[in-house]
Amino acid sequence: MSPRVVFPNKILPYLLVAPQLAITLVFFYWPASQALRQSMLREDPFGLSSKFVWFDNFKKVLSDPNYLNSIQVTAIFSISVAAVAMGTALLLAVMAEKVVRSRGLYRTLMIWPYAVAPAIAGMLWLFLFNPSIGSLAYGLRWLGINWDPLLDGEQAMALVVAAASWKQISYNFLFFVAGLQAIPKTLIEAAAIDGAGENKRFWTIVFPLLAPTTFFLLVVNTVYAFFDTFGIIHAVTGGGPGKATETLVYKVYNDGFVNLILGDSAAQSVILMVIVIALTAVQFRYVEKKVHYG
Amino acid sequence: MKTLGFAAGVAATMTLLSSTSAFAVTEISWWHAMTGANNEVVNQLSKEFNESQSDYKIVPVFKGTYPETLNAGIAAFRAKQPPAIMQVFDAGTGTMMGAEGAIKPVADILSMGGQAFDKSQYLPGIVAYYSKPDGTMLSFPYNSSSPILYYNKDIFQKAGLDVDNPPKTWGEVWDAAKKIKSSGAAPCGFTSTWLTWIHTENFAAWNNVSYGTNENGIGGTDVELKINAPAFVKHFQELADLAKDGTFKYGGRTSEAKQIFLAGECGIFTESSGGLGDIVKSGMNYGTGQLPYEADAAGAPQNTIPGGASLWVFAGLPDEQYKGVAAFFNFLSQTPIQARLHQVSGYLPVTLAAYEETKKSGFYDKNPAREIPIKQMMGKAPTENSKGVRLVNLPQVRDIENEELEKMLAGQQTAQQALDNTVARGNKAIQEAIGN
Repeated sequence: MSPRVVFPNKILPYLLVAPQLAITLVFFYWPASQALRQSMLREDPFGLSSKFVWFDNFKKVLSDPNYLNSIQVTAIFSISVAAVAMGTALLLAVMAEKVVRSRGLYRTLMIWPYAVAPAIAGMLWLFLFNPSIGSLAYGLRWLGINWDPLLDGEQAMALVVAAASWKQISYNFLFFVAGLQAIPKTLIEAAAIDGAGENKRFWTIVFPLLAPTTFFLLVVNTVYAFFDTFGIIHAVTGGGPGKATETLVYKVYNDGFVNLILGDSAAQSVILMVIVIALTAVQFRYVEKKVHYG
Repeated sequence: MKTLGFAAGVAATMTLLSSTSAFAVTEISWWHAMTGANNEVVNQLSKEFNESQSDYKIVPVFKGTYPETLNAGIAAFRAKQPPAIMQVFDAGTGTMMGAEGAIKPVADILSMGGQAFDKSQYLPGIVAYYSKPDGTMLSFPYNSSSPILYYNKDIFQKAGLDVDNPPKTWGEVWDAAKKIKSSGAAPCGFTSTWLTWIHTENFAAWNNVSYGTNENGIGGTDVELKINAPAFVKHFQELADLAKDGTFKYGGRTSEAKQIFLAGECGIFTESSGGLGDIVKSGMNYGTGQLPYEADAAGAPQNTIPGGASLWVFAGLPDEQYKGVAAFFNFLSQTPIQARLHQVSGYLPVTLAAYEETKKSGFYDKNPAREIPIKQMMGKAPTENSKGVRLVNLPQVRDIENEELEKMLAGQQTAQQALDNTVARGNKAIQEAIGN
């Protein structure tokens, strides 16, 4: 159905994709193959002795209760981040649409946090909620909440989810605003004339028409929660307390770069790669079917 | 024309001269993890050494945090581009020692510099920690520290405690902490940085109880942890009980608790002697004392063990570089340099002569806190429990300890359960790390 571009020249198309292919080869396939190789080796940190162990590292990782805990943590974390970041962004986008005066200013302010680096975002939140010096921590204590994310795993999780979502809200907001603007005003006006209330108009017209945007953001946010939140977790909790906020990516880092168990770490990163590929495939295969592209 | 020709000749000769001297200078890279004032000390020392002679040039390179520096060094070694000198933190000592083919013992290098290496000149407690079981010194101690007790004199005053006599035993610390809390002098009585390094590794040495088999790993890599023994269980259960009403406040796994103490939230604090600088800078009315010990432990206080970092030299470099490294280490060992380093930075002096000189100068009369860690480490000859803790994967074991202790402090398990879990998980990790 989609229109096909036919090149008269046989080589030109390959030349045109060559730079992209080269980048993918150097920055994806090569490191990925290295990770695959490393995941089957058992080696000391300095590489002085090395033993090929086939899938032993995978067996070890998958039978490790800490790894299973880390999968659970990642699932909770990713779902929460995607839900909070997308829900808040959608709400803000719909609200910003309604603003009549200085709409541009509101939008700019909303987009701002996206420019903050993850580690810095993490530090900001860490300071705000630091049990001893954080200004917001005082507020929480005043409300009677025993705020101690250093020891309370659930509070620590809430803190990293909030920090990670906060950073992603701007990005989602931008896409939702664009999506909202693409919805023909006539549809909404017609519904209004037919007597549909604001809520009804949103759920029956706006939300379904936003589905392509929402779907795209779902994929992006999941990948974000999986990979790009490392800096925030590293700065805020360091995976603690206990192992309450140790996500899969954080565990790869911790086992590889802190504990210097390279084989385990590589095996984990290979598993992580498989998980993300599978997740994206599932999203495209099943969720996309329900998406209506206008 | 004549002058021009002359000038050209001079210029040409100069170029020749300078290029020949450039060929003769051997560059020696030094990767380190020092920030702020300590970074300036590194640069200053390198500059002084480079100006003191013309054969070698030390090039210091900042590589990030301690673990980042260690990783950078390991990656560089794997890529066959290692630096000559690398600063490695205490917990990385076991990792470096395990890599025998990758490093060159400092004792060998120092004797390559033409001077016989005399171990007796160095502080025994520190040298023992950085030596092989047979006594060969493997790395050069650069910045060493040991944990001591700090207290806030204003809070002590308010709580009606003796401002000039800090608590000596853990029992006394708990009593004072409770009094601080109940009198309302401060919201919390006691906090501490590094529960792992101070409350398990140093706790073991100071109270002369075993941390693990094989002399806590000094005698060999196959270690079975012993930190679920009654002495540790008692200590941590007391901490856990005090944590319930906030008399003890947990700050985090490394140095985070310093903020709590500096904010005036807690009255008593255990921390590295290297942390003194920040406390002085804060302008707090503080006092210092020895690390507390268990009153009923036989032979306590024994001696504390060093933390901080040492300088390691990679194997497989040209002889010229080793000679340069030897010259640099000999330069660092000089009494005036060591004495200055100790007085300016707060690190322990590496040589006995530097300690004696500082003592003679009356420095300790004005700065008693600087002598506490030295006295703690030199008081008694180390026993098999107090030479230090050395595990191939000490950072990993510390992580396990932290995780279990955090669960304990959150009230999810008792001290006995936390330490039993630590020992079980830690032993498994040690066996995997040594390849069994």
